[in-house]
Amino acid sequence: MPKPLGKIRPHFTQNEQLLFELSRPGKTGYQLPELDVPDVDAAEALGAGNVREAIEDFPEVSEVEVIRHFTRLSTWNYGIDLGLFPLGSCTMKYNPRINEAVARIAGLAWAHPYQPESLSQGAMEIMAVLEHHLGDIFGMDEVTLQPAAGAHGEYTGIMLVRAYLESQGNPRKKVLCPDSAHGTNPATAMIAGYQVETLKSNGQGMIDPAVLAAAVNEDVAAMMITNPNTVGVFEENIVQIAGILHAKGAQVYMDGANLNALVGVARPGDFGVDVLHSNLHKTFSTPHGGGGPGAGAVGVKSHLAPFLPGPRLKKTDGQWTWNHDLPQSIGRVRAYYGNFGVLVRALAYIMAHGGPGLKTATIDALLNANYIRARLKDYFQIAYDAPSMHECVFEDTKQEKQGARTGDIAKRLIDYGFHPYTVSFPMIVHGAMMIEPTETEPKAELDAFCDAMIAIAKEVEAEPEMVKHAPHLTRTSRVDEVSAARKPVVRWKP
Amino acid sequence: MLEACGLSDLSELYAHLPASALLDRALDIPKGLSEYEITDYFTAQAAKNADGYASFLGAGVYSHYRPVLCDVVVSRGEFLTSYTPYQAEIAQGTLTTIFEFQTMVCQLTGMEVANASMYDGSTAVPEAAMMALRITGRSSFLAAANLHPEYRQVLDTAARNAQLHVESFGYDPKTGRIDLADLEAKLNGGIACVILQSPNFFGVVEDVKAAADLAHKHGALLVMVFSEAVSLGLLEPPRDADIVVGEFQSFAISPSYGGPFAGIIATREKYIRQIPGRLAGETKDADGNRAFCLTLSTREQHIRREKATSNICTNQALIALMATVFMSVYGKQGLRELAQQNLAKAHYLAAGLNTRFNGPFFNEFVVTPKSRTPEEANAALLEKKIIGGLPLGKFFPELKDSLLLCATEMSKRADMDVVKEVLL
Repeated sequence: MPKPLGKIRPHFTQNEQLLFELSRPGKTGYQLPELDVPDVDAAEALGAGNVREAIEDFPEVSEVEVIRHFTRLSTWNYGIDLGLFPLGSCTMKYNPRINEAVARIAGLAWAHPYQPESLSQGAMEIMAVLEHHLGDIFGMDEVTLQPAAGAHGEYTGIMLVRAYLESQGNPRKKVLCPDSAHGTNPATAMIAGYQVETLKSNGQGMIDPAVLAAAVNEDVAAMMITNPNTVGVFEENIVQIAGILHAKGAQVYMDGANLNALVGVARPGDFGVDVLHSNLHKTFSTPHGGGGPGAGAVGVKSHLAPFLPGPRLKKTDGQWTWNHDLPQSIGRVRAYYGNFGVLVRALAYIMAHGGPGLKTATIDALLNANYIRARLKDYFQIAYDAPSMHECVFEDTKQEKQGARTGDIAKRLIDYGFHPYTVSFPMIVHGAMMIEPTETEPKAELDAFCDAMIAIAKEVEAEPEMVKHAPHLTRTSRVDEVSAARKPVVRWKP
Repeated sequence: MLEACGLSDLSELYAHLPASALLDRALDIPKGLSEYEITDYFTAQAAKNADGYASFLGAGVYSHYRPVLCDVVVSRGEFLTSYTPYQAEIAQGTLTTIFEFQTMVCQLTGMEVANASMYDGSTAVPEAAMMALRITGRSSFLAAANLHPEYRQVLDTAARNAQLHVESFGYDPKTGRIDLADLEAKLNGGIACVILQSPNFFGVVEDVKAAADLAHKHGALLVMVFSEAVSLGLLEPPRDADIVVGEFQSFAISPSYGGPFAGIIATREKYIRQIPGRLAGETKDADGNRAFCLTLSTREQHIRREKATSNICTNQALIALMATVFMSVYGKQGLRELAQQNLAKAHYLAAGLNTRFNGPFFNEFVVTPKSRTPEEANAALLEKKIIGGLPLGKFFPELKDSLLLCATEMSKRADMDVVKEVLL
């Protein structure tokens, strides 16, 4: 279908070439001071065989070309700064710029991880305060900030479970995951050396205590539970579920991807969780940056604390030190101490809100999700009747009759100026549309989104073919992902 | 809004949670602060850290100048506040920069394919080891004793949990390079890969080809690790390696007390389906225009679940973008000149000092002060507002009389002269 509208491709800003294509021999954009020491002959210092020729095809561009290149490319992106980004389970909330500013304060940004502890007290204090606040939010006894992202936190958590069970005499063989789990859960259990057993959810998208009871035995090390789960529903039997697992000596791992629904309202540590990770780049507002960096803080109950990765912070005579004497520790999961710059941003977020503000944010997130659910429920089929928490999940059964699926509706949403919701996940929902608005959206933005969704629902009835070929108004029309995978081209070549 | 939801009070939004799960008190976190108070707090914390010191620490984290454009670009909301580019039509900016990043990683390392980034250099090492395991079907690893000790600890943690075996091979006490004879003696048909770092933890440049030849003779892969990316501006790329992993912190990423950084993994085209993490690939849109998208995702956890090549999901996209801008600013000439300046500064610093090893070094080297212990030397330097080198006894008991020193383009001659005097 030809584009009815769309940006004019011949314009420079819409046709920026790759750096390698912009490159011209001899062009430069850098400045270095003159050497204040004698130069040395590289071939002599390193051995002639160790010195490379010029880096073939490496870019040669001027400074203004660099800034234009990346600025033009940036305009081909969508971000939270442009509007609602309702990806379910991703918690795309506003990223306050004060967090960026404080992370760049020289004494923090230029702190070297091996500088003396006496000259690192500020950095260590920041980490200690964040550990305390997160421990209180999680309801956990201790917190490690070392993991670099959510999946890395999961990995750390499952290794902690293994170490603990080993100390009890048997590391056990299996980890249970509900069929609604994030893909990282089974992938993590596998690389941590466990077999994965998938449990079927019940008719409400929740863990079925009877199915669980039948599956739990002395071989089960842990169950990985997301709560609220990936259909945005609080596992109402969570206390009973934890009881079933604990009775057989298994641990309860919580994937905290959806923690934004709970902060200040309910604590995982109070409903039976032994260990959880939290994605600081979701709940605590550090920017996603097009895919990272994140931070995956892990909280544990005291019985798992001796196994935490080292080093650990310790206060002696009013001074922070790094304690490396941790005989039962699982060891390091990352060099140095974690994604410190991300931790600074997360603490700034927590301080800006304060305890009462964090709770208000949670309630606003619940309200926004429930408002969207209420406005859309007559146009899209809600996946489960159970009350929604911070996100609502619809299925595309009504639209599928016209041949338009969740992915098509998502692409059409782009034409209305919104980033799509999470498409086709969780897999237990037929054609899932998973919508998480977060607390930082004004009502006008939510209404504009709901109006767009309703308009698309009507378009699906009236002109489904148009929806199936969306987007129509973007610089780039629908991208052929199938061909990309068939014959992968993952680098530029002359 | 409440009315639209059919509710009369906000507390009804979570009234269905079990009573025992609800928090019956306020969080133990003080009330919210203003922007000014937050800035004030972090400024005060920063003042408790080393501020205004010259530093000669390296050991995997390097102080290089950060061109202003790097922060300008990553501060743009379109990059900063975007998500993983699954919706390719409105993420061409991120996808194009990833494609450029992957290309430049290949150009620098001499490899054929690279992914969109790993968490950091340390976590990329076990990912490379697991890749080697999948390719060779073998389950033991040989790691050089002069690999970054914290990278080794991360590898050990992963190996222990997967019930895999890692053994060390030694280094030559004279050159600081790996002991090829020891490597050869320890190679056997069960070794999936040999892991070595160049420049190694002591700053010494390794003979990667010799190690690769030995590994290949025994059917093992060679995994080459680097922690100082600037060295790639001048050093022959590890063309004989099978997998290259490393740390791009040197490319405009501030030390930031150890993170966030950006790891890389690069390999040969034939192993592309074993690579972990995200890959951007070239394709076309419905109008026939060039476009990019994430590709080969059947390797990844969100599709393959427990059969994925790794559990990695979030990576270091924005940091990789920062490095991409850095590489664009310096370019072909600049990166070489930058590396050359690092080489010159480090050799100036080393001249006349009692260096421990005689192997060729780039911008780091081990020195054994003649008249003081490393701790005494560092204490004397601190009084002059200089942070000296890393005392090595913590990681290498046999080197407890030595420290690891690093000079970069930012090291000033006057400070180096003070260091030389104290460390003589």
